[in-house]
Formats: sequence, C-alpha cells, structure tokens
Amino acid sequence: MSIQTDPHQGDIHHARLDDYSGVVPSPVRPTTGRPAQLLGLGALALAVVGWQIFDLHLGAALAGAFVLYLVAVYLVYRSLGGPRVAVDQLMRALVYFAFVCAVLPLISLLWTVLAEGAAKIVSPAFLTQTMNGVTGLHDQAYVEGTGPFIGGAYHAIIGTLIVTGLATLISVPIGMFTAIYLVEYGNKGRLARWIRFFVDVMTGIPSIVAGLFAFALFSQIFGIRDAKMGLAGAVALAVLMIPTVVRNSEEMLRIVPNELREAALALGVPKWRTVVKVVLPTAASGLASGITLAIARVIGETAPLLVAIGYARGLNWNAFENAMTTLAVYAYSMFTKPLSPAVREPSLERAWAAALMLVLIVVALNLLARLIAKMFAPKTGR
Amino acid sequence: MSKRIDVKDLDIFYGNFQAVKGVSMSIEPRSVTAFIGPSGCGKSTFLRTLNRMHEVIPGARVEGEVLIDGQNLYGKDVDPVDVRRQVGMVFQRPNPFPTMSIKENVLAGVRLNSKRLSSKAGDELAEKALRGANLWNEVKDRLDKPGSGLSGGQQQRLCIARAIAIQPEVILMDEPCSALDPISTLAIEDLINDLKTDYTVVIVTHNMQQAARVSDKTGFFNLEATGKPGELVEYDTTQTIFNNPAKKATEDYISGRFG
Ligand SMILES: Nc1ncnc2c1ncn2[C@@H]1O[C@H](COP(=O)(O)OP(=O)(O)O)[C@@H](O)[C@H]1O
Ligand SMILES: [Mg+2]
Repeated sequence: MSIQTDPHQGDIHHARLDDYSGVVPSPVRPTTGRPAQLLGLGALALAVVGWQIFDLHLGAALAGAFVLYLVAVYLVYRSLGGPRVAVDQLMRALVYFAFVCAVLPLISLLWTVLAEGAAKIVSPAFLTQTMNGVTGLHDQAYVEGTGPFIGGAYHAIIGTLIVTGLATLISVPIGMFTAIYLVEYGNKGRLARWIRFFVDVMTGIPSIVAGLFAFALFSQIFGIRDAKMGLAGAVALAVLMIPTVVRNSEEMLRIVPNELREAALALGVPKWRTVVKVVLPTAASGLASGITLAIARVIGETAPLLVAIGYARGLNWNAFENAMTTLAVYAYSMFTKPLSPAVREPSLERAWAAALMLVLIVVALNLLARLIAKMFAPKTGR
Repeated sequence: MSKRIDVKDLDIFYGNFQAVKGVSMSIEPRSVTAFIGPSGCGKSTFLRTLNRMHEVIPGARVEGEVLIDGQNLYGKDVDPVDVRRQVGMVFQRPNPFPTMSIKENVLAGVRLNSKRLSSKAGDELAEKALRGANLWNEVKDRLDKPGSGLSGGQQQRLCIARAIAIQPEVILMDEPCSALDPISTLAIEDLINDLKTDYTVVIVTHNMQQAARVSDKTGFFNLEATGKPGELVEYDTTQTIFNNPAKKATEDYISGRFG
C-alpha cells in the first residue's frame, strides 16, 4: 500500500503505466499558446502577401496559408512540447477552422443585408409610408433626380406584427397545453404516443400546404371571394408554429427535475398547482426562448401568406377583412415585381430594407427572450 | 399532533413487479423509527407508501392497509393530497425550489396551497419553522436570498423546515444525510432528536451507527435474492436489534458479515 517505498512510484502516473505491459507515456513539456498566435499572424500575413502581391485568389491564399499553418504548428509544438502537445494544437486549429466555417455564412448574410438595406431603412419614407398610389413613374423620377423617394413598408411592418402576433396567440396556448399534457399527464400512454406522432407529422408539413389549408378553411367559412384576410394567414402560420412550440416546450418541461415535483407533491400540493406554481416557473426561461424561436421560424414565411392573405399596397389594421402585407411578402413582391421594370433599383432597395427590418425584428425578439429568461432564471448565489 | 402508524400486511408493486411483501408493523407516536437494510430491498419504496407518494410513479400500487390513528390512508374516500399534508417527507437529495427565496421555500407548502397568509403571519411561521429546523441563526439575515445558495446541509435543514411548516403529524426522511458531510450529518441527527418531542419520525438510513444513535426502534429490511420482493425481517427496539437480534440475517448485516 505504501507509495514511498517503491522507487518506481515517485511519479504516480509513470509508475502505473510502466507496470502495465510496458506502456510508456510520451513525456510532455509545458508550452504556451504564444507560438501558435505568432504562427497564426505569420500565416495571415502570408495570405495577404499571396493575395495582394502574387495576385492569388483570396480563397486560395487563405487555404494555402491555413495548410502551411497546420504543418508549422505541428512541427513547432512537436519540438517544443512533444507529440501529444503537437496533436493537441493541431486539433485545436482544426476546431477553430470548423467554427469559422460555421459562422462565416451568418456573418456574410448579416453583412450583406446590412450593407444593402441600411441606406433605405433609415429614410422616414420607408418607415412611415405605404405603397398606396406609388407607381413606377415616381421611381423613375427619383432615379433621375427630379422627385423624392416615396413608398415604404409601414403597412408591411404593421401587417407582420398583426399576423405573427395573432399566430402566436393561437399557437402558444395550444402548444403549451399540449406539452404540459405530454410531460405531466400523458407520460407513455397511448394518447400521448399518438399526439407525439401527429406533432412529428405536423413538423414536416411544407409551409405552402399550410397556406393552402388555411385558404381552403376560410373559403369554406367566408366564401372564396372573402377568404383572404389576416386571420387566415395567422392560422397558416399557427399550423407551422404549433409543432415547434410543442416540441420546444416539451423539452423544457422534461428537464425540470422530478425531485421538485415530488417536493411539492409531498407538501400536499395538488398536482395541477404543482404544475402551475413549480414546474412552469422553473421552466419559464426555456419556454420563453422556445416560443421566440418558434416565432422567428415563421416570421419570414412568404408563400403561405401570399396564398392565405394575398398582397395589399396599403395599410390594413383589420385582420378579419381584406388582404394584408407582411415584410417577407413585401420584400418578395418588390423583388419579383418592381414598380418600374425599367428602373428596378428603388424597388430592390425597398426589398433589402424590408429584409433588414425582418432581421432586426428577429434580433429584437431574441433579446426579449433573453430578458425574460433572465427574469425567470432560477436564483443562484448567496 | 403526532400520531401512531399501524401497517397491516402491506404489499407494494411497481406495475407487475412486487417490490415489498407482507409488511406489518406499529410505529408509536413521538418516537424515531429507523429502517436499515441493503440497498434495493425496498426501504424507500415502503417509506413512500406512508404518505401515498408511491402512487405518484406511473403504474405503482399498494395492497393492504396503513392506519394513521386508526384511519386507513388507502380508504376509498381518502384524498392523497390530505394525507401528504399530514405526513411530511424529506428526500435523499436536498431539493429546495430553485425559483424561490429561503423564506418562500419555507412557506411554499402553505403558499402553494393558496392559503392566504398575511406577511406578519408568514414571517412568524417562517421563523418558527426555521428555528424548529435549527437553521434560523444561520439564515435570519438572508431570508430573501435564494435557497440554492446554502450549503448542502443547510439546504437539507431548509427542506426539513419546509416540511414542518405545514405542521404535519408524521415526518418521513429518506436517507436525509447521505449527501451530506459529517458535521452537517450531526446537525441533522441533533435535529431529529428534537423533532421527536413533537412528531412521529420515520427515517431510512444506510448508516447503522446513525440508526443506533437516533432511533428508538429499528426495522431491518432484506430480500432473499435479487428479483424477489423485500421483506421486513425484524423489527424491535434499537437496543435489541443492535445487541441481541433474534434473526441470523439481522446479526450478519449488523456485524458487517453480509454477502
Ligand atoms: N420507480 C421505480 N420503478 C420500478 N421499480 C422501482 C422503482 N423504484 C424502485 N424500484 C425497485 O424497487 C425495489 C426497491 O427499491 P428501493 O425502495 O429504492 O430500495 P432501497 O431504498 O431499499 O434501496 C428495487 O428492486 C428497485 O429496483
Ligand atoms: Mg432508497
């Protein structure tokens, strides 16, 4: 038992592995991240040189520099710290590379939308005017410099808020109650299994089918000529949202520790109160972010809304009558049907600005969800 | 307060699997009763039938009778929610509600049952329960801080305070010290001794010294073989069980000669 008596066991790791059929771990010498940083800077400089001076394609220059960096990092760390450290650094570089690959499209997308849309989104005309009475002639005058820029997305911003808001109002209660049933009451019962199955099926419904469904439903009720209204679009979006809300909420309720439910039940709290007062508050932050994700998922839907609501040039506050426009539909129609086919630029700019507006709304929603999450987060600290 | 418990021929099942077989025993009011035995022999399962927490698990059921002062817990017109208000429970791992402060945790049993409580009455009740759980002096300056900021032993005493705040007749504890360090364990054992003056206490423990230290009577559970239901092998005063057990199996287990 005594470790000291065996001279072999001064270094306990060594001793164990040595005894084990002759395995000798390769020694490791301490290193820092500094050489890797220097090599990284060097590789970057090399890429810039290749790009600017030797006229290589930027992508090719970066790729070449990255490969050189991998080789250099491996060799340098091998000599500094040994093979294990070298492999560690090599893998580290590959992981960073994968990370960059993953966020590059996102950054590029944000950058493009920002660059293309920022100019018009700040113009008061875009934020306060609708497309009522705006024609291709106005656009031509604007491009020639003989008229002001008019025609904006005010009606589309309002439309987006109304339609998505209604869809949220419909789908959040249905989705949450379904999730509560599945987790707290249904368990592994037959009904719960069927519900899960149908929710899965619903997840796979193509969005255009949801739009057609809503249109068909409202045609049955109001007649084909009066079927297009904001509510129909909200129903179409709700069909798409409900499965997401159910799934997200189910996950969140499931991770509430069972011990908390038992603690409440053992205090003589009835089950429904346990769910309302203990389970839901504990899961609140996760539920909020799940709902936000579900909203973000449908706020950019275009096809089902074209089918179910149609397209309006002017403002319509009434979700129960006539067509409305949302930002996504607005951007789509500005892009595919510019007001003046001869001078497309003003319409394209409107489309980009609407896209940027959508992105901003989604970002705002995410921030809101974080805020809510913070408010409800389980308290920690002393 | 404090009532006697009589168990008659209790069989306990998880679905088709019988976990415990034919338990009969009487537990005196104002006493501490300890259950010992190898793990998996059904101590927790049996304990949870004493406040109808067993049936919370899907498919779990019970046959037989548990009488509290003569009233059968499993009678037709008995509401499990009422039973749990009379028979409190403390779990193996401390489980304060993470969204609540220390005071809210103590008052949870009352508040969650939507009983109106003036803030003065709430303060008084919280202080009384925390004093009863020997925790008042440690937390009186931070009643509005979250309960999760306490040490494990303090959290467990917070859970005990939460259990006694609803003024039960009986308190069940399932290995309340197994997640705690020796000092916190001593604090809880002292507390169990104090609780005995007001409550009937039933405790499951895997620590035989603990059973010997805190309990008046001890029940030894065992199972013949894995897959067989657990049984109450011997139930007697703690003195007898530890010094002069009647059964060979008990003696083997007590003396650590256990296969
Ligand atoms: N939730 C459950 N579902 C099915 N079987 C269970 C459940 N909990 C415990 N059991 C079984 O019941 C038996 C007794 O378990 P338990 O009461 O936890 O033992 P102990 O507390 O004495 O260690 C074991 O065989 C265990 O596998
Ligand atoms: Mg147990």
